[in-house]
Amino acid sequence: MTRVRDALAGKRFFITGSTGFLGTALVERLLRSIPDSEVVLLIRPGRRATPMQRATKEIVKNDCFDRLRQEYGERFDADVVSRVSAIAGDVGTDGLGLDGDGLKKLSDCDIVIHSAASVSFDSPLDAAVEVNLLGPSRVAAATVAARQLAQQEGRRGPVHFIPVSTAYVAGTHQGEAKEELLDANPFSVEVDWRTEVGAARRQRGDSEAESRRPDRLARFNKEARGELGGAGLHLLAERAERLREDWVKKQMVEMGKARAQSLGWPDAYPYTKALGERALVSQFGDALPMTIVRPSIIESALAEPRPGWIRGFRMAEPIIISYARGLLREFPGVPEGITDVIPVDLVVAAIIAVAGESLIDPPERYQGPTVYHVASGVRNPFRYGHLVELVTAWFTEHPLYDSDGQPIVVPAWSFPGRGRVQRQLTRASRAMDLAERVVGSLPIRGRQAEWMAALEEQHLLADRALGYVELYGAYTETEALYRVDRLLALWDRMDDDDRQSFCLDPAAVDWETYVRDIHLPSIVEHARVRTTPGKSIKPNRADRARKAILSTDRHLAAFDLENTLIASNVVDSYAWLASRHLPAGERAAFVADLMREAPSLLALDRRDRGDFLRSFYRRYEGAPVDRLRDDGWELFHHLLLAKSFPAGIARVREHRALGHRTILITGALDLVVEPLRPLFDDIVCARLGEADGKFTGRLDDLPPIGEARALVLADYAEAEGLKLEESMAYADSASDLPMLEAVGFPVAVNPEAKLAAIARRRGWHVEHWHQAKGGAQPLLPLGPIDRRGSLQRGRTSAAALAGAVRRTTGGGDR
Amino acid sequence: MSPRPGFVLDVDRSTPPTLFWHGERFSLERLPEGSRVIYAPESIDPVADPSSAIRSALRHPVGDSDPLPALLRAGMKLTIAFDDISLPLPPMERPDIRQLVIEQVLDMAADAGVDDVALIVALALHRRMTEPELRHAIGDRIYDAFAPNGLLTQHDAEDPDALVHLGLTDQGEDVEINRRAAESDLLIYVNINLVAMDGGHKSVATGLASYKSLRHHHNPQTMQKSRSFMDQQRSELHSANWRMGRLIAAAGVKVFQIETTLNNDTFPPAFTFLQKREWEWGAKDRLGYLAASKALDRTPPRYARKIFHSVKAPHRMTSVQAGEVEAVHAITTEHVWEQQGVVVEGQTDILTMGLPYISPYNVNSILNPILVACLGLGYFFNLYRGRPLVREGGVLIMTHPTPWEFNPVHHPSYIDFFEQVLSETTDPIEVADRFEEGFATDPWYIHLYRTGHAYHGVHPFYMWYWCAHALQHLGAVIIVGGEQAAVHRLGFRAASTLADALEMARDVVGTSPSLTHLHAPPILMADVQ
Repeated sequence: MTRVRDALAGKRFFITGSTGFLGTALVERLLRSIPDSEVVLLIRPGRRATPMQRATKEIVKNDCFDRLRQEYGERFDADVVSRVSAIAGDVGTDGLGLDGDGLKKLSDCDIVIHSAASVSFDSPLDAAVEVNLLGPSRVAAATVAARQLAQQEGRRGPVHFIPVSTAYVAGTHQGEAKEELLDANPFSVEVDWRTEVGAARRQRGDSEAESRRPDRLARFNKEARGELGGAGLHLLAERAERLREDWVKKQMVEMGKARAQSLGWPDAYPYTKALGERALVSQFGDALPMTIVRPSIIESALAEPRPGWIRGFRMAEPIIISYARGLLREFPGVPEGITDVIPVDLVVAAIIAVAGESLIDPPERYQGPTVYHVASGVRNPFRYGHLVELVTAWFTEHPLYDSDGQPIVVPAWSFPGRGRVQRQLTRASRAMDLAERVVGSLPIRGRQAEWMAALEEQHLLADRALGYVELYGAYTETEALYRVDRLLALWDRMDDDDRQSFCLDPAAVDWETYVRDIHLPSIVEHARVRTTPGKSIKPNRADRARKAILSTDRHLAAFDLENTLIASNVVDSYAWLASRHLPAGERAAFVADLMREAPSLLALDRRDRGDFLRSFYRRYEGAPVDRLRDDGWELFHHLLLAKSFPAGIARVREHRALGHRTILITGALDLVVEPLRPLFDDIVCARLGEADGKFTGRLDDLPPIGEARALVLADYAEAEGLKLEESMAYADSASDLPMLEAVGFPVAVNPEAKLAAIARRRGWHVEHWHQAKGGAQPLLPLGPIDRRGSLQRGRTSAAALAGAVRRTTGGGDR
Repeated sequence: MSPRPGFVLDVDRSTPPTLFWHGERFSLERLPEGSRVIYAPESIDPVADPSSAIRSALRHPVGDSDPLPALLRAGMKLTIAFDDISLPLPPMERPDIRQLVIEQVLDMAADAGVDDVALIVALALHRRMTEPELRHAIGDRIYDAFAPNGLLTQHDAEDPDALVHLGLTDQGEDVEINRRAAESDLLIYVNINLVAMDGGHKSVATGLASYKSLRHHHNPQTMQKSRSFMDQQRSELHSANWRMGRLIAAAGVKVFQIETTLNNDTFPPAFTFLQKREWEWGAKDRLGYLAASKALDRTPPRYARKIFHSVKAPHRMTSVQAGEVEAVHAITTEHVWEQQGVVVEGQTDILTMGLPYISPYNVNSILNPILVACLGLGYFFNLYRGRPLVREGGVLIMTHPTPWEFNPVHHPSYIDFFEQVLSETTDPIEVADRFEEGFATDPWYIHLYRTGHAYHGVHPFYMWYWCAHALQHLGAVIIVGGEQAAVHRLGFRAASTLADALEMARDVVGTSPSLTHLHAPPILMADVQ
């Protein structure tokens, strides 16, 4: 029997942050290494899950518990899970949001370990303040309350509080940082934490107010429109609101960073953690026995529960993987600088050992809060240059592979200064931004548009790389040395058995073995990157998506027409119909007029498709109905079919053969799509009013485009008893988003740039359908010259249509 | 100087390179010494005055038939059916023979006071003709007189109301043809006979029939038993049509058949070199060849196609005969043979042919891969009497670019046939068993056939069946210069040069094969002894 284990055996631990990296490891270790111990976890209730369900799903089912599961076998639930209980609560709320029962459970605990933190280095200021700054004090307050409750009932209640902080609260300045409270630290700037809390909360209110100013709102709307085009009010509003929220968040992140840097911290994380320590010590330093544990950068496990165990993608991992994928070519840092990394199991062991001692030492010997660093820099320094060397060597030996199965060569590291890297990355990001804007404004679709989306992805990666440099650069350039005298003294006091079970000595890490054999293999496995050469022989994504779409389980397939099934549009159709009976002499003038109008038509179409169609269809005013209906058939067989995508038409037929309902939903006119009727089960299209055998030029109903299209589809599905989540929609443009989003299986066909980007982000299936190569591809969509010019019937309609053209063009001129 | 007959040239060291068609282009290829090149007979003299010849033929019918004027009377129902865009090839210069014949017929009908006259294009399952095509075939005067009143129609094999079932042949074959034609007091059929398969009972029994009727002879079994389908004595296709024709006659349909034959004037003066034998090319021909091939090399295929499809053939009529179907057709066949027959001694190991840009099914369109196969293995391969030009197990080498291109207006079902059927199997019998009915009854194809200008859904199957005899007979098919993916889909092999193709062929037929080149067009019929 050993000292620490004996002291802690049968004890009950209250733990916050148990779903995190450190928390999960801590829970597992306590359950595995401390006999009969129990853990009570403070967990935020999820929207659909109770705290215990979350605990089971997010903690017990984590591969961290694989070892325990294996050791206990069938008795795992009875002997391990039974020792875990969860209570609802949130460190972001005063009183932790505990109910009476929760407080009672807390009062039954012996040790309270607070490891919940907003560890992201770029969290919004107010969020970091609530969790990191106020969190420790809130847990302490609740613990004090629980002690009182226990003592009223004649029980002991929690005896010790262990908040987990970070070594970086001591700053990143050159020189040594001792294991002492911040009050004693000469480099720590004195600020009143209460003022900071108030300021952060006000900041949130200000940013929220600022984001709602009309000019800002207009900008969000404009940006949303730029991204989605004419996707309809609802989607645009949704997107604009998201942009507003993102903007506020960004503001808050920047505020946090600025404030932190003004006080000498690299970012909001150590700043809020440091103030958190101050707030805690100043309020509860006397009321509650406590020991602060400050780890440095926590990385994958050295040995426990197994070498390389890691949870989540943390700080160094994305940087390393970005480097291995050739995305991040350089990262700032000084080769002789020290990278202070500490494996998670060492931190866990230190916490447990501290907890053990707190019980071993009699309460009367407690002399106020103490601090332990768990860091490697002094005891077992790991130079940045050495790390880079090991990483480069490892990836040279075990390269990642690109999508073509070719190995990626890792770039040589030149240890540039942070400023240079930042400038390079900023330049790259700006260049891509510009390229994206230029390409995005071009009317491209299909493969080029996908290439454009790929460009956007590269841009995102470049931005992310820039983000890493901005965020973490300070840490690789850190020259602070975190002393671990107290930790080593603790290590000295431990007997051999304790040392075996709870190794916390940073000297135990052999960096070469750790990086080469433990850390890198683990994060590469986690990153789900390609580690084998050659093309994959598995059916690719597109094939799988196609198979899912062409399953008999599906219900309904909705199709857009223009550029989805046919490379044509309402202007083409109109030009063809209007020129069908024009005398040869007038055709040139007609073409010239239409060409002159093209830019303004295009612009209107981009702004609002509904307005465009309504105004464009006015041109049909006065055109003879019967004649045009006849011509519609000719138009179809001469122009539309010639410009159709055979693969698209085959797809419609395939869906029907599989028993799916098929529906065409298009803003094109009924007389144009009439010949397509046999292809679909149903057609919903625009319809012009008629009076005295002539078209009025006004639409009978709202044209089925944008949101109306999604509504039509939803109504149709409901009326027919079909499920939208089992349905497909095929469309080519971002203005079709409402329809695409309404179904379970959206398909982007020859997508234009905006839709291509959206489809790529959301993983939607993309089809590239081409016109048949042997089809006639007229330069201009003009009807054949009417040889029956002498026939009265022909001339009337020509005159009517041509007249309509002239009227509208004239109107456009003014 | 009377026209020279067909000729078989033995290639020796002094033989100049031989002209090969290659779709919208051509090339000169040097054939191995000892090869043979078969040339069609030179164009025979046309009738001097076609109009009077036609008039005379109508007045002096052959077989058991009264002269046409005697068959016409006021109050009768008269229908004139005529061959569609698939004949002749290339389309002939104006005036088209159909126009000349129908004008004479209409004159006689007018003289007799017939006022119920309808014109029907005998489409079978072909695409409907466009207005300009119809105007070209029958002339503006007839078109404007009939079309606006709905009296010029195109046979619709999918309109149940416009068809009538006349009964079954003794072999149990359905005979279902155009109702207007069948219910007329007189059905006049105006034919242009380009190859020996055309005309006779096939005109009505096929040209005006429905799928229900056609499927009895347009199938792989019939085609495999037709050796060749150009040879009436040995063609199961011919026999089936004759059984049906006789049943049509027995059912009381009175047919007055008018058949015409053409000479071999296939290309206009700018392309005379295409009509001549290479060693007889003069400076003008050589220059013409150079100019044309250089210009075509620089022309994108799309425009080259356009240029070629605007070519009208200066065909001249060599005969016209009218009256009872079988008697008429016997004379017609003789005329066809007179113009096209070439006696060839013995078979060959390798048969080469240059495929031109046109076949009966792609006038004003594109020779898609299925039509490439059909032109080579269906039409050219079957241009024989007696024995095939190439021995059993021999190799057929064709030159054509064979692009993976289809006209979506004319050949929509071909696209799907190529994608969905040939990707599964190229065996004609399996193709028929597994896929034919689905395509033939597909409502979308039927819709496009009836309302647009699309070949019927089943038509690509017929094209493939046309190849059935050759597919059974040949050891290998190689397409020189063909797009690899498309050629492989057809189940053939692709070679980049003729020399490569010959190398590949040697693997099949042995190291010192005999080679024969079919120098067509102009069309010839090999009488293989």
